[in-house]
Amino acid sequence: MAKKLRRHVITMIATAGSGHPGGSLSATDIITALYFKVLRHNPENPQWSERDRFILSKGHAAPILYAALAETGYFPVAELATLRKLDSRLQGHADSKFTPGVEMSAGSLGMGLSFAIGVALAARLDSKNYRTYVLLSDGECEEGQTWEAALSAAHFKLDNLTAIVDCNGMQLSGWTRDIMNLEPFTLKWQAFGWHTIDIDGHDFDQILSAYQGAEKTKGKPTVIIARTIKGKGVSFMENNVAFHGKAPTWEEAERALKELE
Amino acid sequence: MAEASTRETYGKTLVELGRQNKDIVVLDADLSTSTMTSFFAREFPDRFFDCGLEEQNMVGIAAGLAASGRTVFVSSFAIFASCRCFDQLRLCLSQPELNVKIVATHGGITVGEDGASHHAIEDLALYCALPGFTVVVPADAIEAAEAVRVAASDYGPFYIRLSRPKTPIVYPEGYRFTLGKAVTMRQGKDATVMAVGIMVAKALEAADILARQGIDCRVVNMHTLKPLDEAAVVKAASETGAIVVAEEHLAQGGLGSRVAQTTAREKPVPMEFVNLGDRYALSGKSEELLQRYGLTARDIEESVKSAVKRK
Repeated sequence: MAKKLRRHVITMIATAGSGHPGGSLSATDIITALYFKVLRHNPENPQWSERDRFILSKGHAAPILYAALAETGYFPVAELATLRKLDSRLQGHADSKFTPGVEMSAGSLGMGLSFAIGVALAARLDSKNYRTYVLLSDGECEEGQTWEAALSAAHFKLDNLTAIVDCNGMQLSGWTRDIMNLEPFTLKWQAFGWHTIDIDGHDFDQILSAYQGAEKTKGKPTVIIARTIKGKGVSFMENNVAFHGKAPTWEEAERALKELE
Repeated sequence: MAEASTRETYGKTLVELGRQNKDIVVLDADLSTSTMTSFFAREFPDRFFDCGLEEQNMVGIAAGLAASGRTVFVSSFAIFASCRCFDQLRLCLSQPELNVKIVATHGGITVGEDGASHHAIEDLALYCALPGFTVVVPADAIEAAEAVRVAASDYGPFYIRLSRPKTPIVYPEGYRFTLGKAVTMRQGKDATVMAVGIMVAKALEAADILARQGIDCRVVNMHTLKPLDEAAVVKAASETGAIVVAEEHLAQGGLGSRVAQTTAREKPVPMEFVNLGDRYALSGKSEELLQRYGLTARDIEESVKSAVKRK
């Protein structure tokens, strides 16, 4: 399924002629595991009150979220071809107003963890058992709001909240360590009062056991620090910053799809 | 005129609403004893969240709670509830049209001695720039309570600006507020003063002075800046032929801009503007600052005369 979703990402972005392939491909395995193995959700009723919530904070990875939503039945797979087109329900960045299954409008980085805290607090107020998952990029941890939110999620002891950081080590113009170093990253989250789980973000066994570990953790929120490869699955996109926010040409897309067969 | 505190009224009204509606939750950023959300916090500790000095995070949390079915009130000082978290207001509340009510106290320069860092003088421009937001500046404590009740029952994002000091009461008890419907406080045929907030009382004072000089001045409280009561603007322009707009705000982007946009399109008439101009204010007592920066009844009086002269 992960391969299939990666193929959707390539085709969608190539068809749209713009978009962010790198960050969608690095997050693919994290999202595939969630949507196909972990989340309790009901694609026929996206507003089902007991659903687990998934919030995409790194809104530029919308294509991989759309691919997962389509393949789980929120809307027809054929609709993926409308990405970024005028009047499409699939906006350039994730948008809660138009797309079934999208919980939050995102695209300005650093906002998703705060939103997720609100959702998790609501679960506690309503005595509901749903869990809230939020996917961040490592780059967006440069935004101060992420750390405001990190403080408060621990302060509110939100053990029904799981953050996943897609640490592909790159951002728009280069390596994160060169642009604004985040390390020691895991220690920062621990210092902020979080339970941390470090994994290889492309290893399904590790991803699934991390989600289980998060669910078992009581009294504090959990962050899964998933080390990933930007552009994962397509040789010429891997660790290639050029494909942060650039669509492949048709020729490149064909090569990519062949690699993903 | 008798005076009362809009923020204290807010605090009490919030408690009353909290008793009626269990879905109401309140967020504050370590200012609850000033914004008076502390009253709510005391009665409903489970539905009150102090977010600390994290205004950006607070707006995001509010969005998450609202998306989960809550009616969320968010309070801080007007300066921090606008400038400090504008991108969050835009993408987390305005664009998805979530049910969050920003009720900010300490609007304008009447904050006083704390100085420029604490004077919210651009908040109305910022909030009026956000599609879908309803923007209200009550004229007194009675109207503040009414506006807060309406915000609690109407779906969608609201901004309500209140003051730090006690302000004159301009309405009788029992006044009923209608969102988006301007209130004629005093009839007149020679000119109209359109005002919001503390400037409504000052406009009434100016109208008294002008009456003694033979100028019959109408006073209209434009409490809802957005959506603006354009019909009231056209009516004032048509019937009195001159408009003065008075607000405790910068010249740009507030009520003056909004009224002028309407008259320019519908019914151009001579206009004057009573506001702070394009500058920051200093520390000082509220009344001293209003004098220094041209926000007194006397300033309104002079502006009305200029506008009438240009008719």
